[in-house]
Amino acid sequence: MTEMVHGSIPARDGEPVLPRWWRTVDRWSLSCALLLFSIGLLLGLAASPPLAARNGFEPFHYVERQALFGSMALVAMIITSMMPPQLVRRLAVVGFAAAFLALAFLPFFGTDFGKGATRWYSLGFGSAQPSEFLKPGFIVVTAWLIAASQDLGGPPGKRASLALAVIICGLLAMQPDFGQAALVLFAWGVMYFVAGAPFLLLTAIAMLVLVVGAFAYNNSDHFARRIDGFLSAEVDPTTQLGYAAGAIREGGFLGVGVGEGQVKWSLPDAHTDFIIAVAAEEYGLILVLLIIGLFATIVLRSLIRLMRERDPFIRLAGAGLACTFGIQAMINISVAVRLLPAKGMTLPFVSYGGSSLIAAGIMLGILLAFTRTRPQGEIGDILTGRGR
Amino acid sequence: MTRTPLRPLARILEARAKGENPDVIERENLRQRHEETRDAERQRAEGRLLVLAVFFLCAFVLVSGRMGVMAASDPVEPRAQASGASILGQRSDIVDREGRILATNLTTHSLYAQPPLMIDPGRAADELARIFPDLDAERLRKQFETRKFLWIKRKISPEQQQAVHDIGEPGLLFGAREMRLYPNGSLAAHVLGGAGFGREDVHSAEVVGVAGIEKAFDDYLRDPGNGRAPLELSLDLSVQAAVERVLFGGMKLMNAKGATAVLMDAHTGEIISLASLPDFDPNDRPVPLTEGDAADSPLFNRAVQGVYELGSTFKIFTAAQALDEGLVARNTMIDTKGPLRWGKHRIRDFRFYGNSMSVEDVIVKSSNIGTARIAMEIGTDRQRAFLDSLGFLKPTPVELVEAPGARPLLPRNWSEISTMTISYGHGLSASPLHLAAGYASLLNGGTKVTPTLIKQTAPVPGPRIVSERTSAMARDMLRQVVVRGTASFGDVTGYRVAGKTGTADKPRPRGGGYYDDKVIATFAAIFPADAPRYVLVVTLDEPVETSGEEPRRTAGWTAVPVAAEVIRRTAPLLGLAPDIEPRGEAGVTLTSN
Repeated sequence: MTEMVHGSIPARDGEPVLPRWWRTVDRWSLSCALLLFSIGLLLGLAASPPLAARNGFEPFHYVERQALFGSMALVAMIITSMMPPQLVRRLAVVGFAAAFLALAFLPFFGTDFGKGATRWYSLGFGSAQPSEFLKPGFIVVTAWLIAASQDLGGPPGKRASLALAVIICGLLAMQPDFGQAALVLFAWGVMYFVAGAPFLLLTAIAMLVLVVGAFAYNNSDHFARRIDGFLSAEVDPTTQLGYAAGAIREGGFLGVGVGEGQVKWSLPDAHTDFIIAVAAEEYGLILVLLIIGLFATIVLRSLIRLMRERDPFIRLAGAGLACTFGIQAMINISVAVRLLPAKGMTLPFVSYGGSSLIAAGIMLGILLAFTRTRPQGEIGDILTGRGR
Repeated sequence: MTRTPLRPLARILEARAKGENPDVIERENLRQRHEETRDAERQRAEGRLLVLAVFFLCAFVLVSGRMGVMAASDPVEPRAQASGASILGQRSDIVDREGRILATNLTTHSLYAQPPLMIDPGRAADELARIFPDLDAERLRKQFETRKFLWIKRKISPEQQQAVHDIGEPGLLFGAREMRLYPNGSLAAHVLGGAGFGREDVHSAEVVGVAGIEKAFDDYLRDPGNGRAPLELSLDLSVQAAVERVLFGGMKLMNAKGATAVLMDAHTGEIISLASLPDFDPNDRPVPLTEGDAADSPLFNRAVQGVYELGSTFKIFTAAQALDEGLVARNTMIDTKGPLRWGKHRIRDFRFYGNSMSVEDVIVKSSNIGTARIAMEIGTDRQRAFLDSLGFLKPTPVELVEAPGARPLLPRNWSEISTMTISYGHGLSASPLHLAAGYASLLNGGTKVTPTLIKQTAPVPGPRIVSERTSAMARDMLRQVVVRGTASFGDVTGYRVAGKTGTADKPRPRGGGYYDDKVIATFAAIFPADAPRYVLVVTLDEPVETSGEEPRRTAGWTAVPVAAEVIRRTAPLLGLAPDIEPRGEAGVTLTSN
């Protein structure tokens, strides 16, 4: 009746945006990301005053900046996670193109801040590192290309994406930034693996790495010494690694207490690459295990949710994002505990750094968008008898 | 796997017969095939994602476990001990032949700064400049701003350490050091050489020899395998002190710019004393000269590195060889009518000694013409072989790093004129140490000695150079040089000195002939003449004795009195009892070359 009088009620198809997002998003991963960010702020309170003192700022200058960038990162993460996968893909491709151009023009317009590697654009209020923003875009584009190649009569996406990866690695190596280059290659490798790399090729690569490694160890003094130095139980306590190891030992299980740590005064990279050492010294093993647990939760939950995913593009992109996110954290922590040789790599969400924070937010936002619960056609399977 | 064809002929024909579009069948088959591949892909991806998840789980567990193990282990305290083995106290001492210390180690501290740890760098810089006047406060302040680490002092005394400690600056730190100490200062500086720091870090530093015997025996001194047994040198500290003292006085009296003395045991070749002036303090080695003549540096060891034309001191080698080979007898008359012409060259004597003289007088009066005539009897090849057997053609084998670099200068073409000039000590340059070894070999009874700085237990007789008779005769002739010849100032009562003077004009640099007024004056002596024990060579560089009306430069007026004083002072220290000579009052013949 009402309709006859007033015309039809404007009906929306589907659920409202926010409830649907809340219902379908991986709330566990979301909370882990929020927790990691707050831990990052907490550690920043401990680790960054020495740096601020050195650069002549207020003691909590870097904490304030971290909070500012962190809020931007969280907003970016939540907005991205609300987008439908197709929109994410479109925006990511555009973003990738922009970041790629920015990377390519770095040698001309970039600055090295006196650190010997041209990685940044100076933007007045701060600086931006294009390689951080390139990673999520690259992963989405690669997933798109590889997924397309799996269709009958699709383009040669695997080769195209490999070529792209190699070009990016070349650009990154020029800066030089071998850490990011390795991450890009790793991301491509993970997606290629999930997309069905032949086992013969994988074993061949593994053998090749072993043979080359053995050859290098036997024939290059330099390489052998680095490996021996890494394997030897003793570490010179005056190196960064030595300080980090000392800090972890000092901290023990419960830590020396908030603000009581010493390592932040000795390590120039205490607020970025060795933030985990600060955490271990001041808060002890407990906080470190919590951080590792949070990262593990995000990575493992995402991978397991992706196992049910039927869209090859989403599956590949999600796997690439989750693994890149995870390996970055893993490398950072492994260096501090001397499981890996020293390599500068930030701890996503925890380390200080605007570009790193916002890029991590975008990355996790895309991952959350891709791991949202979606109808996967299971009913159809059951009906057609193809279900397992 | 059997592939179903996209267009199965039977169904197509059937469809055509029914008038349906056969493409629908193809599309349907294509869709099915696509779905099958996607299913296969999905199942494979499911497995691989599981592999990745397990990999990450294992990796995270591994990292956590490692973190737990590290957190459970005890912190290393103090951290400084963790690095490497201590290298303190490894260098052996060096002692003289009586066991007196020449070089030892002293524990001290180095001072370094870590500006990031500093509370008040400005005050630290000021205080440091106050404690160490050679430091510049401004410079330090600048360094404290820019550097993360810097060495301030390599070695500091306990008083300085306390003063620095009292600044109370946590960024100023001390590192344990072991330094080389030469308690006798500049005594035997050229023999000892010196030591410096090799590889060094905050906790310790390696002490390495940089010159002299410290470098030559560096491996031995650093070898932990010798149980820190000291290195025993042949030097005698008290004799060395006396020699240096006398030589310094003589150098000043004779207005020489340099002087050197070698005192050697005539039988074992042990060097009892080796002095070269000007000298330096091995505790604080001067920097080597970067330009100019290296021989002007106090670091230059004139006794070993300096090669000079040693002049008439060589005449005894010519005479002894001729005697030994039976070419002449001691009283054979030699024609000394001058000048002696050979091609375009002329050989002259210092003054005219008569138309002929005996071989003995040729030595005593030091006649160039007579010596050259004897050398012509010997011939080039035999002279060369004889000088080779005495060691004049090769660097000395003495245990100093500087020795192998000091090659004697030989004539490029050993012609007959070379033979004649070398017979009286021109045209061949050798070091004073060469000369000492040559005199010891010729005069100790005729067996070769090898100069050494290491204490020997017993003489090792070398190959015979000349017969014992020739050796005794040569000693006797040299004794006559002192008694009635050019070296009369060298007659030290009771020690029966025998020796030969040599005065050689200094060559101008870069082959421009010889200076008129610059000489190298040498006196080579052996004592006591009848039972030879020690050889002494004293060489003065550019001496001039000005007590007379005209400046006198000959060795008889310069090197000989200095050498006599050396013998007078050292012979008692060496345990030689004086013996009053029965024929000591022989007629005094004053100077001639």
